[in-house]
Amino acid sequence: MTLTLRSVLAVAALVGALGGFIVPIEIGGADTDRVMIWPHGALLVFAGLAVLTAMAAISDRLRGPLLLAALFLVAHFGAYALISSLGDEAGKRGPGFWSLVVAAWALAWLVADRVAAIESRDRLKQRLLAIAIPALFGMWILILWEIIVRGFDIPAVLLPPPSAIGARIATSVPTLWADFQQTILKAVLIGYILGCGAGLVVAILIDRSSFLQRGLLPIGNLVSALPIVGVAPIMVMWFGFDWPSKAAVVIIMTFFPMLVNTMAGLASASAMQRDLMKTYAASYWQTLFKLRLPEALPFIFNALKINSTLALIGAIVAEFFGTPIVGMGFRISTEVGRMNIDMVWAEIAMAAVAGSLFYGAIALTERVFTFWHPSIRGS
Amino acid sequence: MLQRMTPSDAQNSLDRVIDIKGVSLTFETNDGPVHALAGINLDITQGEFVSLIGPSGCGKTTLLRVIADLERPTTGTITVNGVSPREALLNRSYGYVFQAAALYPWRTIAKNVALPLEIMGLDRAEREARVKRNLELVDLGDFAQKFPWQLSGGMQQRASIARALAVEPGMLLMDEPFGALDEIVRDHLNEQLLKLCDKTNKTVVFVTHSIPEAVFLSTKIVVMSARPGQIHDIIESELPRDRTLDVRETPEFLDIAHRVRQGLREGHSYDA
Repeated sequence: MTLTLRSVLAVAALVGALGGFIVPIEIGGADTDRVMIWPHGALLVFAGLAVLTAMAAISDRLRGPLLLAALFLVAHFGAYALISSLGDEAGKRGPGFWSLVVAAWALAWLVADRVAAIESRDRLKQRLLAIAIPALFGMWILILWEIIVRGFDIPAVLLPPPSAIGARIATSVPTLWADFQQTILKAVLIGYILGCGAGLVVAILIDRSSFLQRGLLPIGNLVSALPIVGVAPIMVMWFGFDWPSKAAVVIIMTFFPMLVNTMAGLASASAMQRDLMKTYAASYWQTLFKLRLPEALPFIFNALKINSTLALIGAIVAEFFGTPIVGMGFRISTEVGRMNIDMVWAEIAMAAVAGSLFYGAIALTERVFTFWHPSIRGS
Repeated sequence: MLQRMTPSDAQNSLDRVIDIKGVSLTFETNDGPVHALAGINLDITQGEFVSLIGPSGCGKTTLLRVIADLERPTTGTITVNGVSPREALLNRSYGYVFQAAALYPWRTIAKNVALPLEIMGLDRAEREARVKRNLELVDLGDFAQKFPWQLSGGMQQRASIARALAVEPGMLLMDEPFGALDEIVRDHLNEQLLKLCDKTNKTVVFVTHSIPEAVFLSTKIVVMSARPGQIHDIIESELPRDRTLDVRETPEFLDIAHRVRQGLREGHSYDA
């Protein structure tokens, strides 16, 4: 067996699992000061299974899907056993525990490596694989986060374990939903639609008139350079505490990227394509709708994608400067003050998921509308 | 066999489609004026296939663009179908084929051919009938629902010819339409184009820098020279109208090709 990543990982898993047998798992339990070697039977079972699967992987006895399934099951059983051994009453984790963590992690890495190596011509399988690898990766970040935070007894104020964040999300659904409605559905969405829409329309107006090009473009440029922490309080003074002031901040943030991108897009049709429309005696609007706007679509979608994240940041930050007692930014700023860091993390998780879904929806729409563009048709 | 036409013996015939008298065009650039065209006199009658040939920079494309109203002459007069190029453009009296196919990638081939018809405001049934007819004319009937990037370069250029024909103009203006294609595809398309013109009796003005292409296609070859762009020689070809590629081996063909080459050399000499 040559020295490959796989062999190194399998050996690491084997050594880690054996280490669980040799060095102490736990130092000083709740009711005793003795060294506890096997406080949890599940850990013993995991250590045994890990040795077996690591040996199977090294010796090549088990191959293909069977080995993959074994690795997957043992790694995740290990994660379960390790996390469930972290009871509140438990004492300090010994080197044996961390040795087993390394074993589980090495097995999981082996799974990911083998899944990544799977090649399939089937469309559905390709899709599933494309989801499976990041899903596995993300899950193990959470697993290791949980184990490390709780294993080292890191204070929740610094970093709460994912389970605490999950529990907080589960118990705060009404609050989170209200914040989501206030920030995402009102401020972000309305501001985004108005800001992007205005950017698009003004780009077309500017394109039509050289006067506007000289007058409006520098002003748009100026507005985009305004710092959000300066603009947000002013918007609160102008439009009140509720969501309209946040939507206004979002409009200011999203307007200029859309304006500049659309203008670049409108200028991207080639001279030959324009001449073609001229030879058809096409009107300005016919040329705009049949040639220049379709040609500008990749640029417009770029702006929509950039703006989807800008809008979220803008709305959340704007809520730091005066808001009714609801909203994601409000919640984050007050819960930080109350040391409820798990709630802050719950809001962050929601913002991350909402932002990713928002971005994903735009990227999907882009694929539908610009299927013809070389960057998407892939040739 | 060959007869020399001088610009002065322009007759006033009724079937004259393009009439160019003393046209000059000067572009003002940062490096001073560029005389793209100087004193061009040319008439083209119905059903003629006229090639404009010359070295690059001789203004052959500019002349075509003047006819198409994509450029305005600085001096001189030009009429197309008896009216100004602008009016001729608004009457949709020509179809223009560019160096590249310039098909819109977001439209299928059929939709691309339908584009000028949409702009003209034709109804759906008429559009569909014309698209079908013209795609069949260029042998692309089976590719109507494909996208341009799924077709070869030759097929794309054929689609762009179908698009120009769909307007049903009396005249085709073609600017090196086959310049980017390989020799074999080019020969094939030349033959097809000739058949097509026979079938439809269109007037064609064709810009090229290939001597065999010009001689093979044309009834009249206009040899141009550069700086300033002017007409050096006009050669009437009396090769039979229904030619095949074999005609290129005949002495008559080689004769005309020789005269074109000589004209190009003379026009070019002071510049070499």
